[in-house]
Formats: sequence, C-alpha cells, structure tokens
Amino acid sequence: MRVDGKGLVNRDKAVSFRFNGKSYSGFEGDTLASALLANDVRLVARSFKYHRPRGILTGGSEEPNALVTIGSGAGQEPNMRATVQEIFDGLDAHPQNAWPSLERDALGVNDLLSPFLSAGFYYKTFTWPKAFWEKLYEPIIRRAAGLGALSGDHNPDRYERAFAFCDVLVIGSGPAGLMAALTAAEAGADVILADEDSRMGGRLNAETHEVDGQAGPDWAASMLDRLAQMDNVRLMPRTTVTGAYDQGTYGALEKVGHHQPRRAALPLECFWRIVAKQAILCAGALERPIAFPNNDRPGIMTAGAVRTYLNRYGVAPGKSVTVFGNNDDAHRTARDLAAAGVNVAGVIDSRGDAQVEGDFPIYTGGQVIGTDGRLGLNEITVRHAGGQRTIRTDCLAMSGGWNPSVHLTCHMNGRPVWEPSILSFVPSDDAIPGLTPAGAAAGHMSTAACLTSGVESAKVALQALGLKVKTTNVPKAEDGTYAIAPLWYVEGKGRAWLDFQNDVTTKDIKLAAQENFRSVEHMKRYTTQGMATDQGKNSNLNALALLADVTGRGIPETGTTTFRPPYSPVSIAAMGQDAQGDGFAPQRFMTSHKASVARGAPMIEAGLWYRPSYFPAQGETTWRQSCDREVNMVRESVGICDVSTLGKIDIQGPDAGAFLDFVYCNMFSTLKVGRTRYGLMLREDGHVMDDGTTARLGEDHYVMTTTTAAAGQVMRHLEWVHQALRPELDVSFISVTEQWAQFAVAGPKSRDLLKALIEEEITDESWPFMACGPATVAGVAGRLFRISFSGEHAYEVAVPARYGDSLFRLLVAQAEALGGGAYGMEALNVLRIEKGFITHAEIHGRVTAFDIGMERMVSAKKDCIGKVMAARPGLVGDDREQLVGLKPVGNIKQLTAGAHLFEAEAEAIRVNSQGYTTSVGFSPTLGSYLGLGFLRNGRARHGETVRMVDHLRKIETLCEVCDPVFFDPDGGRVRG
Amino acid sequence: MVELIAKTPCDGLLPISLGAVTLTEVETGPITSISSLKGQKKAVSDALKAAYGTAFPAPSRTTAKDTARLIWSGRGQALMLGVAPQIKGAAVTDQSDAWCCVELAGAGVDDVLSRVTPIDTRAMKRGHTARTLVQHVSVVLTRTGKDRFEVMAMRSMATTLLHDLERAMSGVAARG
Repeated sequence: MRVDGKGLVNRDKAVSFRFNGKSYSGFEGDTLASALLANDVRLVARSFKYHRPRGILTGGSEEPNALVTIGSGAGQEPNMRATVQEIFDGLDAHPQNAWPSLERDALGVNDLLSPFLSAGFYYKTFTWPKAFWEKLYEPIIRRAAGLGALSGDHNPDRYERAFAFCDVLVIGSGPAGLMAALTAAEAGADVILADEDSRMGGRLNAETHEVDGQAGPDWAASMLDRLAQMDNVRLMPRTTVTGAYDQGTYGALEKVGHHQPRRAALPLECFWRIVAKQAILCAGALERPIAFPNNDRPGIMTAGAVRTYLNRYGVAPGKSVTVFGNNDDAHRTARDLAAAGVNVAGVIDSRGDAQVEGDFPIYTGGQVIGTDGRLGLNEITVRHAGGQRTIRTDCLAMSGGWNPSVHLTCHMNGRPVWEPSILSFVPSDDAIPGLTPAGAAAGHMSTAACLTSGVESAKVALQALGLKVKTTNVPKAEDGTYAIAPLWYVEGKGRAWLDFQNDVTTKDIKLAAQENFRSVEHMKRYTTQGMATDQGKNSNLNALALLADVTGRGIPETGTTTFRPPYSPVSIAAMGQDAQGDGFAPQRFMTSHKASVARGAPMIEAGLWYRPSYFPAQGETTWRQSCDREVNMVRESVGICDVSTLGKIDIQGPDAGAFLDFVYCNMFSTLKVGRTRYGLMLREDGHVMDDGTTARLGEDHYVMTTTTAAAGQVMRHLEWVHQALRPELDVSFISVTEQWAQFAVAGPKSRDLLKALIEEEITDESWPFMACGPATVAGVAGRLFRISFSGEHAYEVAVPARYGDSLFRLLVAQAEALGGGAYGMEALNVLRIEKGFITHAEIHGRVTAFDIGMERMVSAKKDCIGKVMAARPGLVGDDREQLVGLKPVGNIKQLTAGAHLFEAEAEAIRVNSQGYTTSVGFSPTLGSYLGLGFLRNGRARHGETVRMVDHLRKIETLCEVCDPVFFDPDGGRVRG
Repeated sequence: MVELIAKTPCDGLLPISLGAVTLTEVETGPITSISSLKGQKKAVSDALKAAYGTAFPAPSRTTAKDTARLIWSGRGQALMLGVAPQIKGAAVTDQSDAWCCVELAGAGVDDVLSRVTPIDTRAMKRGHTARTLVQHVSVVLTRTGKDRFEVMAMRSMATTLLHDLERAMSGVAARG
C-alpha cells in the first residue's frame, strides 16, 4: 500500500500495466515490484524446483525470486527481474514456472516430495537404465523445473553495441560514486559515471540520511545536475557494468528501450565496451538474508529492501511489519516505518546486548524460528531471551548484514579478503589493474566514510593520470558505526533457504559436506547453490559460512567460489546485436550482381562473395536443366561468367620476378612480358596452398590471380614472406581485386564476340593461348587475358569496376545473339571437372604437388617455399592417395562427393578405405557422371574398377579409375 | 561502337538522412595507391611534395593541397585522391574503382561511429585517419571536419557498409 508523503515516484503521473492477466495502476518512477507491492500483490512467482510460492525479496538487480516474462510472442523476454523493470503504459508481465496458475500450481506437489528431492537426488536416482537419462528423465525434470522460456521464434527486437573511451570510469552513483566522479571531473578528467538504476544516487534514494544538510535524494540530484553541466562528464543511467576485462576494458549493458513501449528503431539494449584508463568501483553492498526455517514466504524481504520501497517508492510492503536482524542497520527499517506511520509489530535482534530504541516491541537475543502463511506470510514464531511467542505480521524485514559488491574485482582471478569487522569479504588490493574500489564496495559502511572514500579513490586515479586534484571538500553526513554479530542460519524445524532461486536449503549444504563435497567449489556444483541467474549474490556468504561450520573450518579458510562476468544477466542478443542473420558477415557483391539477380539466378556464397549458381531459362524447372544447357552453350558457342571474385594482386618492383620464383614452385622470372602462366603455391610444410594464373604486364609488373576463397590467405602469405623471409627483395604488392571487373568469355565463338567489342586485332598470332595485355573494351582501357578454365578457346576481359555492370549486360546480350549466354557456378564446375582442373575441393590442405600429379612443376633450378618439406618421406610415393578420374561403370550411375573408395570386393569399412571423391558432376558433354578423387597409388591403377560407397547418402557405385582429364585430353580446343 | 556506362559503388543507395546525420557518396576523383620502392621513401615524398604540394603522410595522417589528397593506408602505403600522380621510384597502382567512399556528417556523428567502430573517434583531429572496422567491414576512416568523417571501404562491400551505417544512424536517431 502507498504511504502518503513518502517516495520519489511521480504521483501526478499514473501508469497502467498488467500482471498475471490483471490490470493495475502505478506511478511514473515505479518498478514492477514497487507497483505490485503498492497494489498489495505479494505472490509473484513460483520457485525453480519445489514450485514454492514466492514474493519479492529485494529491491534491486540481485532479486532471486520475482522473475517475470515481459510481453508475449516472438519478442517475449523471460526472467526479467520485477525489481528493476520500470513500469510503463501497456507493460504486460506474466508469472513463470506455474501451471495452471500462480495461485494453484500443480507442480506444487514437488514441495511435498522435497524430502526426496535434496541435492544429488537426480544423480543418485536416475542412473539406470543409462539410455533413459537423456531421452526420458532429463526432459521430464527439465520441464518440471525451470524459469521462463524463450518463444523459440526469431527475435524481432533491435539491439545495439557501442564503444566508449574515458579517463575515469566510475561504476555506481551512490555517495562514493558521486564524490569520485565530481573529484575526477573537476580535475579535468574525461569521466563516465555508470549506474544500473534508472535513478542515480544509489542508497541515498532509499534512506532517510541527510548529506550537507540536505535530504539524501536532493543532495544526489543536485550533484547529478552539477555533473550533467560538465562537458567532460557522461552520465549513463540504466547501465550495468557487467565485466572487467584486459587493458581497462569494461563490458556494460545499457537498458535503452526496456522501460518504454516498443518502437522499431529503438534498441532494447545496448552492449557497451568501455575502455577506461582508470576505474573506480562504487558498486555498494548487498544485504544478505538469514537462513531461518521457512524464510522464503512472500512477505519476507531484506530489511534494506523494505526501506527502499518505503523511502523511494512510498510503499509499505506490509500493514504490520516485523524486523529481524543481527546488526544496528536493521533498526533503521523499524524507525523509518514507524516514522511513516506504518505499524511495527516487533524488532527481533539476535544479539543479547543490542541497543534498540523505538516505540515498538523489542526482542533482544531473539531469533525467528518459524513462519506461517501459504501464499504469503501471516505469522512468525520468535524465540527470545524471555521465551517463545508468535507474532501476527504480513511482512518480515530481515538483515544478516551487508556484503560489499566485490564481484567485478574478481573477474581477473582476484580473491576477496575476509574482513572480520563487517563479517564479509572486501576486495583484495590491485585485483584489477587500474581499478580502485571505494565506498561500501570497499567495506565502508557509513555515508560519511563513503563520501570520503569516493574522494580518496578519485585522487588515486588522478595521480595515475597525472592530473591535479582540485576538490577536497567532503560534505557532512551520518557517520555511525556498523555493529554486527554473526548470525548465518537458525536451527529449527523446517527447511531454511539459502539460495532462493535454485531452492537450496541449509540441509543441502550439510548433505554435501556429509557426502564429502567439502570444497566450496564442489559444494556449489553438488547443490547448485549460486548457479542461478542471481549468481549467488544473496546466498554465497551464508552458504559458505554454514559449510565452514559443518566442516569445522573458518570462513576465510573455506574461501569463496569464483565470481565471473557478467555481474548480472546479459542477453545474448545484446552481445550479438546486429550480427544476426545477414549481419553475421559482410556481403560482397560483384558488379554483375543486380543483373544476375534480375535474371533469376540463385546467388550462393563463396567466401564473403555471392555468385550466381545458374541462370534459369524459360521452361527450366530444375537446376540440372539450366546447368546442362549452360555447359553445352560453352562447348558449342560462347558463355559469359563473372570471375571478378578471384583474388587479383598487383606486384611491382625490380625483384618481382625473384619474389614470385620464391613463392611459386614454378618459374616466373623467365615469363615473357605479355604472357600468363599457371602457378602452384606451396605452404611451408610442402602441401599445396593455392593455385592460379599470373600475368606479366611489364618488366617489373605482374598481376597474380588467386582462388576466390584463398585471396586473403594468399595476400597475408605474401606479406609474411616479404616482411619475414625475404625483406631484401625490392617488391611491392597490393590487392586490385576490387578495381577490376573481370569476365570469362568462353567457347568456340568467344573470339567472334570479342572482336565486336575490342579495338585491338585478336588473332592466334596477336593473342595466342596464354597471351595477355592491355585492350580497349568499348572505348574503355581494359585488359585481355587468353586463359581458360573450361578447356575451350576462351578469354578473360577486365575493365575498371565502374563499367562492370554495363559490360556484363553487353557481353551476355552479345553471347545470346550468338546462341550462348551467361553461365553460373554449377556449369563452371562441370566444365572444369570434364577437364580435370582442380579447385580447393581437391587442394584442400592435405595434398601435395605429387598427389595432384604436378610434382614436375616444382622447379629443380631454384628453391621455393615448401620444396624441401614436400620431399619428406611419406609425402611422395605409391602409398599416397593420388588424383584420379572416376566414371560409373555398373548399374548405378550416380557419383557423390565425399564418398569413400574401396576395392570392388572389399568390405566398406574404415580400414579398407583406399581414397575418397572430391568433386562430381553430370557431364552433358560425355553423357555421364564424372568424378575427381584421390585413390591410393591411383595413377598406376587407371582402368581398374573400384567401389564408391557413400555411407551418409547410402549410395554405392562401381567406378572405373581413369585419367582426371576426361575431355579433349590433348588440349586442341583451347588453342584452336 | 557501343558505349559502357559507368556506375558509382553506391549507385542508387544514397543519400540517407536520419536524425541530425547525413550519409552521402563522395566523388573522389582518381584514387592511386603509392608504395615507395627500396630506398626511395624520401625521394618519393619529395617528388610528391614538389609536384602536388603533398608530402607522403605519416602513419594515421593525411596531407592535402588543393584537390590533391594523400591518405595513409597501411605499412609504407598511401592513397592519393583527386589527381593521378606521375612519379618515379614507387609502385603506383590505379585504385579509382576499388573503393566506395562516403561522407558521414552532422551533429552526433561520433555517436553514430561509436556504434560501429572500435576506436575512439573523439580523439581524432581533422586530417587524422585510421584503418579500422565499421562493424565487420575493413575501412579507411578519416576525420574531415568537426562533425564530418569520410569512410572508404571495398567497393564490393558498399551495400553492407551502408546498411551498417544506416543501422547505427537509426539507433542514435531513435534515442532522440
């Protein structure tokens, strides 16, 4: 219920929202949690394992219970914490893990079975039969347990990522953070102040402290105004710093659109990478619950959260509130409530000597030993110095003390240090290079100490930056001592929860220790304590204190588990942002792309490039029809294919020839100007790296071509060779792949076609096979190469890319007039298989020049990369699998790539494999499937029959082994 | 005789305006890569300075005079924009058609770039350049004014470059 005159929400602006199918009203500035409590809704969720009714435990991002799903359909977001979800008009939140309803959850039966469902139960029980685990037990268990679910549909929401740089990153905007940011900013540092909350100011907004004579929230607001006025300060509210990484890089998640109705262009979240020279961690502290019997009922909250709801949101979480704690800080809750006119039914302090003042019943030396209320708390049982009694109460505020938020300081394997005066861990020194913890995160527990600590930590950062401190004034504030005595758990009848989210109780920890999972890391994994989305923020210390007790060790000796990024959950979508779908990788389009798409060509990926698969003609219904036609077209008239995607590297310098001799296994320094040569490049280990043609355009000028997919790799290789191995060579190279649009014009009528376009005379004398040189293409300065990947009389014609689209359309139109046309990758592949030309299907990284029958290309007159290593024993000889051609000879006529080869009568098992197929295609020219493959000692086995077995596709074909060149073996067509 | 029609890399895709930021295609004129041969570094720089008033730029810097601009583009390498240089002692390669060049201009241009590029563009002064990324696309990024950058990417990636910049612009614009 709302409390008049309290809170920072805007009471002039009502907001309507829905929860669990019902409409409610709240105010601008409310979270879903505060608005539900204002409407007296206490039951908001069911627990993970036992389906226990659960309410709101905390007032912040550490919330383990109040998880809801926001929205529905493809964009629904599961496991959103009601304590940080701001309400907006139209917000629709749904409870999770409950069926048929939150109030009557059928799987609440699990709670009755709890004696059987303790830690390790599944491991011990569902062990037999083995196959049942994956197929039966696990799916059922997973369905019964769990939190929210994704829709399973493609995520339609927009996410964003961004980079930021600063001198000082201040994480958290409480009293320490505000002072640190101001001190750094006034010294001239470039400052980012980030806070996970929508309203900056930290605990100042949740308490009734005064700072500098002003109310805490007012002082915070005036500080924020001042910071906002400064050019060198960026305020980032709703931004959680989630991880500390190398070199001063911090991950941070900003909620951009979560607090308002969806708009298409507005990102839901933005994942920031903030690079900071210095960082100051002012992440505050989190209050820990106390593990007493049945401490998980709706209405039982942390004491600090009750103050948050009262002071910040103007909401009393109960009509009659009790407070249970082991420290003086908890008393504030009772005092604030009483001052606001809310009935305080009792303050229970576990310390016998506690000094409590106030107009309410006080029970010192007391403990809560039991609670009652099925869907919400209505009674507690207290054992105290004067005896035992029950108290009617609908809200119990508990405090086991405060844990500094050391999380980020542990992301580089720093281990926090036990601090007995506050019964908690504090950050170790220099845990993250360049990061200074301050305020409550460093163990300072009064407002005054936090303000001072903020200034002092900024001084450390400024000194590292070489900047002079200008501010030293620390405002006056409350400086009480934080008195606390240990109380981790209360023994009694019934289960006492430690990890609310994963339903881990004190009994589970004891069981883990009893079964010898005594290391804190083992205990964690055995019980799942700390493994839920709150990452044990609420339960870690209590669990390890209990473990320490039952194993007879101290807490520091027991140690903590490892905190890892992220600090609070980060959606994968935010990290992936625009990289989903087409955004996964850049798309490279050829200049002919539009024309190819307009002709209905399906575009297929080749590296980052998109190339046409085939060009369907009217009446063609399958790709094979198109492919066969295109192959015939090239063999009989003329075909056009865009080959711009092949890597082109311009190589210049007096030593260009010597350099090429070193990287290619064959000679290039002897190549005549105006001629092109096929070259084979080896890796250092002697295996084939890439192949292609290289043209000599001038005495000191070559243009190398690479395969499409290996262009980047070859360029990198050349750089490496030049910089690391042959720096003495005077040579320079640069990619010109993008500069030139290049088209293959292939077929018996190719010259007729080009004659109409090219000014220079083209004859067998002026442009013999493998000639190259400048050519004037429809008035444009281009290049002409007489090279062929189809075995036909063919050319490649290149023009500057701006003319690519135009030239492609022109070439295709001319070809069509001659009975030809455009051809795609399928036809290109069949044409080269017919000729036994290799691609990376054959030179896949494990073959040598010997294997592909090119060992004679490795020049004896010179050294080259890979030459020595290629001659190693085992890389040459009859045992090698060698390139062969394969033709079907039995009843089955189909060949498939990736199948294995066996002797005709041998059993088709691994040890009998004699080789494999790499490329296959149906040759309309020869009327048969043709295949290329590697067969042990294959060159000596031409004429033999082998059996191809494709175990995946269940195809077996008898094949004749033959020469890989199926068509025109003497090469007459290419020259004619 | 038939005539070939020239098309720009961003043919038909620009300009785009979103919020305060506008993306337009830049007509660069000729682009030529220049890489000095052995021992010619100073001579090449002097020759460029004498002929065009633009010395060979230091890493991540540019030089410019009148229509001629030199943009550092890699180890020992620069791109000359605006005029086609006639010099000796260097590997000189025509790259006029290899690049797509766009200008991103308007208040908040650094915010837009911070969505797609991992470097601190705020630290770049006018005339500073960087080989960096726009999302996954390799680019040459040059600050040409207070709220003005030029982005050069491989011609074939123009569509992706514009798509990524437009997404960044729309995200910033949507925040208002």
